[in-house]
Amino acid sequence: MALANRIIPCLDVDNGRVVKGVNFVDIKDAGDPVEIARRYNIEGADELCMLDITATHEDRNTMVQTVQAIASEVFIPLTVGGGIRTLDNIKTMLHAGADKVAINSAAVSNPEFVQQAAERFGSQCIVVAIDAKQVADNHWEIFTHGGRKETGIDAIEWAQEMERLGAGELLVTSMDRDGTKNGFDLPLMQRLSETVQIPIIASGGVGNLQHLVDGVLEGKADAVLAASIFHFGTYTIGEAKAFMADAGIEMRIE
Amino acid sequence: MTHKTIAVIDYGMGNLHSVAKALQHVAPKDRIIISSDRQQIEAADSVVLPGVGAIRDCMAGLHDTGLADVVKTVSANKPFLGICIGMQTLMNRSEENGGVPCLGIIDGDVQGFGFVTDDNGLRLKVPHMGWNNVYQREDHPIWHRIADGSRFYFVHSYFVKAQYEASVIGSADYGFPFDAVIQQDNIVATQFHPEKSAASGLQLLQNFVAWDGNQ
Repeated sequence: MALANRIIPCLDVDNGRVVKGVNFVDIKDAGDPVEIARRYNIEGADELCMLDITATHEDRNTMVQTVQAIASEVFIPLTVGGGIRTLDNIKTMLHAGADKVAINSAAVSNPEFVQQAAERFGSQCIVVAIDAKQVADNHWEIFTHGGRKETGIDAIEWAQEMERLGAGELLVTSMDRDGTKNGFDLPLMQRLSETVQIPIIASGGVGNLQHLVDGVLEGKADAVLAASIFHFGTYTIGEAKAFMADAGIEMRIE
Repeated sequence: MTHKTIAVIDYGMGNLHSVAKALQHVAPKDRIIISSDRQQIEAADSVVLPGVGAIRDCMAGLHDTGLADVVKTVSANKPFLGICIGMQTLMNRSEENGGVPCLGIIDGDVQGFGFVTDDNGLRLKVPHMGWNNVYQREDHPIWHRIADGSRFYFVHSYFVKAQYEASVIGSADYGFPFDAVIQQDNIVATQFHPEKSAASGLQLLQNFVAWDGNQ
């Protein structure tokens, strides 16, 4: 027995409501992040991730209340991302009960922010989210603004730089695969996982359970993140864990 | 039975709120306080020392606030739970940050994982992050209703090596076995985060709240 691989369901939250509809047969309010978090916890999620996609600054307080509500009854690690730009943003989320924050575009515009955040709060709670797109064979670059804005930064070098500055984990999303249901960008995940010493969370493209297995066995990911396959009830987290365990992957199965 | 007061020591390090929320969840009728006040902490029935971050900052936080002495006092006479780096501060010394003297309450030191490999010789990631099995080495009230080998959530790059085998009541494997839970009289300390370890972690916290400090 050994350290288990992790399954992390991810919720996109807009002004306190889960978007990209969730479709469980037995929950009353499919838009309530607290009810969905509770459900994922019961199913055996190893961690939870919530991304705040709220457009306006004023509505961000709603996210804080959501985090407080979830953290009061779901006792697994909770990562909150979206709009994390200042040390105060991080402090607010940690006080609300988040365990980690995911920093994305603020890391690109100001890499020193990652270092400041790691020094202040500890690397264990600093996840750097990397959105990467393939631009040539074996070459990926960082994109921001949901994949619309190119930065010209090499993804592998960027991952090393983020590790050096104190990131505790990397959440890697392939912009080529996100939403396609064609599986993770395995060469990207593998290159990154073999380059850095910190854990890699693979994201973007999961359409079936074999994709999760591939992400671990071929992509060498330490954790796999998925949204729609769980939201729509295509598979439960329990089914996903059993499938991965059958493939020989160490999983936490209670 | 009267309600207990459980103090979570606030020495300026990281996130105490998760611990307090989890304690409140398992002990809804008890009073959970997050405190840096000596009198409040010394008056509590049980005390929790959490912590995240690096050892130098943690020890500096304990010394600067005067709470190092409070920890020594309360850990000598009431149920006391150290979590993660809160466990590591109890030892003699840590090799993190170039070597930092710790509180010396339990004999042993804190070492880094460094370069560790799995059974196939593949390099393991550091930090050791995620859910790992914890094997119960000795009976202890903290294990009440927790199955041997249950998984708990870890995040750490350094681990405790207790000087005496008798201190170790739980171990985990990451390239090699390391001390996951140690005890001494009324003290128990976990390298993992019970407050983030779902049902098993909540059971452990509930066991701690119910514990009178006797073995």
